[in-house]
This record gives sequence, C-alpha cells and structure tokens, in this order.
Amino acid sequence: MRDSKLLKIALLIALVIGIQAVTTVTGTQYYLTQLTMSAYYALLVIGLAVVMGYAGQISLGHAGFFAIGGYLSAALTTHNLVGLQANPVIHGLGNLGMLVSGQDIYGEQLLVVTPWAACIFAVLMAAIIALVIGIPVLKLKGHYLAMATLGFGIIIYRIGLATEYFGEADGISEVPGFTLLPAIGSFGPISVSGDFGLRVENYYVAWGLLVIGLWLLLNLIDSRVGRALRAIHGSEEAAEAIGINTAGFKLKVFVLSAVYAAFAGVFLTHYNGGIGPSEASVMKSVRYVALVAVGGMANVWGTLIMGVGLTFLSLRGVFGSYDDAVFGAILIVVMLFAPDGILSMNVKALFAGRRTTDEH
Amino acid sequence: MLELKSVYKNFGGLQAVHDVSFGVVPGSIKAVIGPNGAGKTTLFNLISGNLNVSSGSILFQGREIQGLKPHTIAALGMARTFQNINLFHGMTALESVMVGRHVRSRAGFLAGMLHTPATWKEEREIREKSMQLLRLLAIEEFADVEATSLAFGQQRAVELARALATEPKLLLLDEPAAGLNIYETAEVGRLITRIRDMGITVLLVEHDMSLVMDISDEIVVLSFGCKIAEDVPAAIQQNPEVIKIYLGEDEEAVV
Repeated sequence: MRDSKLLKIALLIALVIGIQAVTTVTGTQYYLTQLTMSAYYALLVIGLAVVMGYAGQISLGHAGFFAIGGYLSAALTTHNLVGLQANPVIHGLGNLGMLVSGQDIYGEQLLVVTPWAACIFAVLMAAIIALVIGIPVLKLKGHYLAMATLGFGIIIYRIGLATEYFGEADGISEVPGFTLLPAIGSFGPISVSGDFGLRVENYYVAWGLLVIGLWLLLNLIDSRVGRALRAIHGSEEAAEAIGINTAGFKLKVFVLSAVYAAFAGVFLTHYNGGIGPSEASVMKSVRYVALVAVGGMANVWGTLIMGVGLTFLSLRGVFGSYDDAVFGAILIVVMLFAPDGILSMNVKALFAGRRTTDEH
Repeated sequence: MLELKSVYKNFGGLQAVHDVSFGVVPGSIKAVIGPNGAGKTTLFNLISGNLNVSSGSILFQGREIQGLKPHTIAALGMARTFQNINLFHGMTALESVMVGRHVRSRAGFLAGMLHTPATWKEEREIREKSMQLLRLLAIEEFADVEATSLAFGQQRAVELARALATEPKLLLLDEPAAGLNIYETAEVGRLITRIRDMGITVLLVEHDMSLVMDISDEIVVLSFGCKIAEDVPAAIQQNPEVIKIYLGEDEEAVV
C-alpha cells in the first residue's frame, strides 16, 4: 500500500518533468501556462475530494474559499498604505518586516503588505471563516448542507462584487509576484508570477505544491483520521458509538479543504496577476463539485487526473462559450452513468447494455 | 457500573420509558426483555447517549452521563452494537475493527498527514490488536473481505469485534441473536459469557428467551415503558406478571 503510493507519486513527478521536457523540445511551452493554472485548481479540487468522498459532506461554496485567499492576498499586496503610515497598526506591521515599499508605474511611492504576510493572513482568514460557518452549517445533511454552502458562496461572490476594496466588478489587477525564495548566487529568485521568463519555474512551483498537497492528503486518508472520516461517511450513528467525534472531524476536514482552496487562490492570483469576481461565482463551485464527482468521489488520484485534464481543456478554450454548460452536463452524466467516477467505469458493461448503474 | 434512576422518556404524548430504575453490577450479564414496543431499544439509546432522557439520571461508573454526546460516552468505556447491523460501507472486516481502536489511539490530522514515526508504531499496534479480535471471533480468514458483503452471522461478529476494539467496560448488545439460527445463537451465548469472563460487563436486549435465560445473571422486564420485574432468571420464569404479558392470562410458565 505504502510502496504503491510512493511509486504512483514518483510516476507523477516523472510525468510532470517529462511534459515540461517535451514542451521545451517541441517549442510548445505555452501549454505550461494552462498546466500551471490547472495544477492550482487541482489543489483545491483534491481538498474538496476528501470532504466529499471520504467524509461524505458536500460543499457548493469552495469557490468562496478560493476567492477569500485570492482576494485578500491581492488586496493586501496592491492597496497603497502610504497614507496610513501614521497608524500604529501599520507602523507595527512595518517594524515586523511585513510591509514592502516601492514605486508604482507612475513613480508614486507605494507601501504594501509583503506577499508572504498576505498569504499567511489570507489562508488564516479562510480557515477561520471555514471554522465559523462550518460549526452551524455542518450540522445539516445532504441537500440542506448543499444549500447552506451554496448560500455562503453567493455571499462571498456578492461581497467581492460590491466592495470597493475588492475592486467591485473589475476585481483586483496588477498583483505583484510572490517571491518564495530570494536569489541565492546564480540560482533564483523563485517567484510566482505570470512573467513569461518564469514560465518553467512557475510550472514546477505549481506542480510541486500540488504533489506535496497530494502526498499529505494520501497520508491522511491512510491513517487513523482517514478511517474515522470513512466511518462517518458510512454511518454517523455507528461512528459516534465507537467514540468518533463526528462533528469535530467533519469540521476539521472542512477547514483543511478551505485551507487548500485558499492556498490555490493565493498562488493562482499571484500567477495571474489579478483576480475577478468570476472566481467566486457559483458556477466555479459547481465545476469543482463536478470535477470531484467525475474523478470518483472517494478517489484523490482520479480527482487529480480529471481535475487537471478537464481544467486544462477548459482553459485552452476547447469548450468555447459552452464552458459552464459542459461542466453541468458532466455532473449529470456522471451521476447517472458513473457514480464512482469516469475512471472506474466499467467500459465493457457500458457497451454491453444498460446495466452500468446496478453493477457494483 | 451502570445505574438508571427514575428514567422517563416521552415522544410527544407517548411515554416510551416510564420511571425505569435499575443497576448493572460490574462483571455481570444483565438482560432487558419485554414484548415489542416495550421501550427496550429506546432505553438503550438513552444509555448510549443517542437520545436524551425527559427526566431522571443515568450514572456510568458513578458519573452522570445524561446529556453527554455518544462519542464521549464511548470514550468513557461504553460500546454498543445495533439491532440492524450498522457496518461501514467500503471497509474490510479488518478496517472495520481497526476503526474501533479510534478512542484508544491518538494520531490526529497533522500526524496523519505527515505519517510521523510515532504513527507507524501506533498503526502496527492497531492492526495487531484488531487481528487478535478477529481471531477471538473466529473470522480472521475474512480480514480482507469487505465487511458488508459477509454472511449475516459474520457481519454480527465484525460489529461485535469493532465494539470490543474500543476496550469497553460495559458492552450494550441490541438483539445479538436476531436473525441467527439456533447453532449460531448458542455460539453467541458462549461468546457473551466469554466476554463477561474477560471482565466486561454486558447489558443486552434480546428476544430469544432460551439465550437470555441461559446466560443472564439478572433480567429486567419492561412492558409499555414500565419496569414490571427485575430478578434472577429462575425467578423471572415463575413471575406471574411476566407470564401474563408474554403468554396472556391462564398460562403456567414461560419457555
């Protein structure tokens, strides 16, 4: 079990390197941009897969957590604090090294929060918000939980759209790069940004983050906590009876997935150089649920493959203006014909006749 | 071990449990019997924390457990099985028992995600203890079979192993012989006696009178939510009230 997990991860890493090599040789490095973005979306989706597939809870609000991460880091690293320098809080942040000054394109003096501090704050806020809404909302089950999380997603979307601080309908642009590591000798710096010259290293940053996120989740599933989550999915009554704090575990895994979503939001926002309200939209949340479903619910690998694959096609514009419709259709088709995901679908049975749904 | 003091439970206008008091002596097997609808399963759900009493109190090892969550009560050392077998879908028999070790192990989210060396040791212990329990219940050959696909009797055994894995001091069994044939029932009887001899106190609800009379140290009889008798099996068999509710008037003896 343990060996096969490491082997699969090694294969994934080899594939990631292989794809980069092929694009370099064939001069098709422009694919790396969408592959980078797909990796960040996949990070969110695998986190959601653990909530849905293992703990058996649904969330139609995960675009909201992505947006909390993205918007907060974007706002903090772009809004000029020069006018507030006298404020003791701002002054204190400056003394802690959390502010960075520079010049904007017009030569005006600029004082903003460093991406590191902004990232930590944004992810922390997403975790706290997940905790606060999770406590009441996770008491609900099934459709009711779906409705409540949907409501949360809509609220975040409307806040982004209505708040001047978050750029209203325009969103926030000109978000600076996120320097993860400063230059050491001739190596580096490593920076998350949309700069064409940094395309290859950004590809590796995104996939590195995804592989680490994947490894942590696979470990979690294969542990005492993973068993407890699966038990909750199986029967909450029986799980409680053997001493599993079902409410506590549901809440923790929900917060964990919100942290994954927020990290994805922070990094993708720095990579894209901005974020707009569409990232918080309900259709995005529906898309993430569709990706988890098509990946096979309790299947982190399947979700990763389908998440990257379909997001890549979508970003390449393959689905045209029917993009959202395609994901809606995928959700319907998966629920009807392959409730365990496309990858575990019995292809033979599909061609043999209408027996796919009752063959388990 | 367990002490019920004047427990009432009302569902709307229906009095499901009416002024029931009894105690369970440590190291004994106590049975709760009564006709269908007597309130036996409701009583179990009150004890295990799945329901809250309308009034009265329930003490477990001298501590008030009324109002605690079921998982807290389980952690205190009370385990239960269900009338309709309640196994986890998609888990093997071994995994089903391993998850029962939950309260006796500690690895949390961070340790689980990082697979720290401490968790390897703990996982190995969990696995070994769980295999021992499968062996105790003679189902070790099904360790890697999905639990819900096993035969009925084996599913009951998995559920029992899962309950034992929590290292309970008190074990609640809700109709452990339901759906079993007479040979399997006799086997369950021997098993319950063995569990008692391991030092685990047992409280069971059961319809099979021969099983109850054979293994119980004491019996409580419920009828329409009220306790009508509490005594040793031999005395219960002679109790005219009990005979009346089981066999109607004019009958001589039970069983």
